[in-house]
Amino acid sequence: MEPLLELLQQNAKLTASELADRLGQDETSIAQRIAEMEREKVILGYHGVIDRDKAGNHNVAALIEVKLTPEREGGFDRLAERIARFDQVSSCYLMSGGYDLAVFVEGEDLREVARFVTEKLSTLDGVLSTATHFQLKVYKQSGFLAGAETEPERLAVTP
Amino acid sequence: MSKRLEDRIARQVAQIPRSGIRDFFELVQGRDDVISLGVGEPDFAAPWHIREAAIYALERGQTSYTSNLGLLSLRRSISRYIESHCGVAYDPAREVLVTVGVSEALDLACRALLDPGDEVIYHTPCYVSYSPSIVMAYGVAVSVETRVEDEFVLKAEDVAAAITPRTKMLMLNFPTNPTGAVEPVEELEKIAALAVEHDLIVITDEIYSELTYADEDQGQTPRAHVSIASMPGMRERTILLHGFSKAHAMTGFRLGYACAPQVLTEAMMKIHQYSMLCAPIMSQLAAVEALENGAPEVERMRRAYAQRRNLLLKRFGEMGMPCFPPGGAFYAFPDVRKFGLSSQDFALRLLEEESVAVVPGSAFGEAGEGCVRACYATGMDQLKIALERIGNFVSRLPS
Repeated sequence: MEPLLELLQQNAKLTASELADRLGQDETSIAQRIAEMEREKVILGYHGVIDRDKAGNHNVAALIEVKLTPEREGGFDRLAERIARFDQVSSCYLMSGGYDLAVFVEGEDLREVARFVTEKLSTLDGVLSTATHFQLKVYKQSGFLAGAETEPERLAVTP
Repeated sequence: MSKRLEDRIARQVAQIPRSGIRDFFELVQGRDDVISLGVGEPDFAAPWHIREAAIYALERGQTSYTSNLGLLSLRRSISRYIESHCGVAYDPAREVLVTVGVSEALDLACRALLDPGDEVIYHTPCYVSYSPSIVMAYGVAVSVETRVEDEFVLKAEDVAAAITPRTKMLMLNFPTNPTGAVEPVEELEKIAALAVEHDLIVITDEIYSELTYADEDQGQTPRAHVSIASMPGMRERTILLHGFSKAHAMTGFRLGYACAPQVLTEAMMKIHQYSMLCAPIMSQLAAVEALENGAPEVERMRRAYAQRRNLLLKRFGEMGMPCFPPGGAFYAFPDVRKFGLSSQDFALRLLEEESVAVVPGSAFGEAGEGCVRACYATGMDQLKIALERIGNFVSRLPS
């Protein structure tokens, strides 16, 4: 992955000028490159990583394992794309192993998630089974540890 | 009447001057508003997988002594690593000695090889322990100055001029602390030829060899590190020193090593076994993890340093602070002479007026006068503020 993307993946708040400083390039070409990658959907979007407990957001989140019947044309794609479009779905991946889709959903409460699973997901033709796991506690999210790691203390001047 | 305690200190120790770094450290100590670019270590904690390996070692009760040379598993990892990184093969059973930091290895090398009066050539400005290690081993430290005009490259002709019939050893450190200089291969080859011609032992401290940046300045992929030990006729006369402190951010683990022909390793081991016995086992086990699985983290940290270096050089340029682009380590060594202050005064006033700590170049030998060492192994946010403050400071100075 190009260094510009690595930096943005760590911290999307960096401005073109800050990125230029770090990469030793000029600001204009950085801005152009970012716009280009946004157009080409190399960069899908930007979001903050929020500790929901601390933010007082008591939504529930769940991982749903979904088994599907693949289709002759396109395999799992048509169904998976259809499932991914629901607003409740935050992420959706095709997996190897015991099930086919890992669907991450969020809802205001347990009932909302249950309704999504029973009314929307399970009723789709081609969905063979679902198993819903509710998230209990966040330890690490999108590369960030929940709970601040203490800064190591260094002496101020050393050889 | 009993003698004063001061008079009981061994002459060899009493004659060693106090470290300039310690003086400066005491000034900074106790002030919490200071952003320090005065350190000589990474701002990263050791990568988690390495810390975890040390914890695992403790959980399994691995708290004993090891072989004097160090764990064989670690020596095997070191041997494999040095062969790929430096292009020289060492027998892990007989030619690798694990030490408590490179500092111990340096001390062992001096004590194992020097007789009173033997001369050792070293280049300045340099790491603060070189000259004292030579003197404490009853050697004569012969300094060869490197110059800001040459971007602190060590000139083979300067080395040649310092060689006398008493010269026994040559001590090298590239990339260099404090200047960040990387020796060009052509110059290193000339120095190697001198060592062969005059039958010198070479101690080469390559602790910063993973942290180089120059090739990327030209938009090229980084070149492999070139060690003087890999040059013709050098393996049999070279003690290659390396360790885990810098590239793996493991300073507190205190772990280094020496690779050298068996006769030399054996002599160093004699001292090590009676003074240190062995390096701590949990550090050694963590070091195995570092060598076997640590390369991606080393590269991640190196790239972070490279980005900070870019920012620092750009800001120095904007504020009119002359600074050659350092090829390695994590130090910049800007030239402050045009501001009309000694490096000591520049550092003192910067500390007092803007609460930023840099180390006066004079702490690294007379040849460092006129420059200051700024370490960019500091978080980006802190570094930005520090650079802003330095900018404010120099804008008030006559230039």
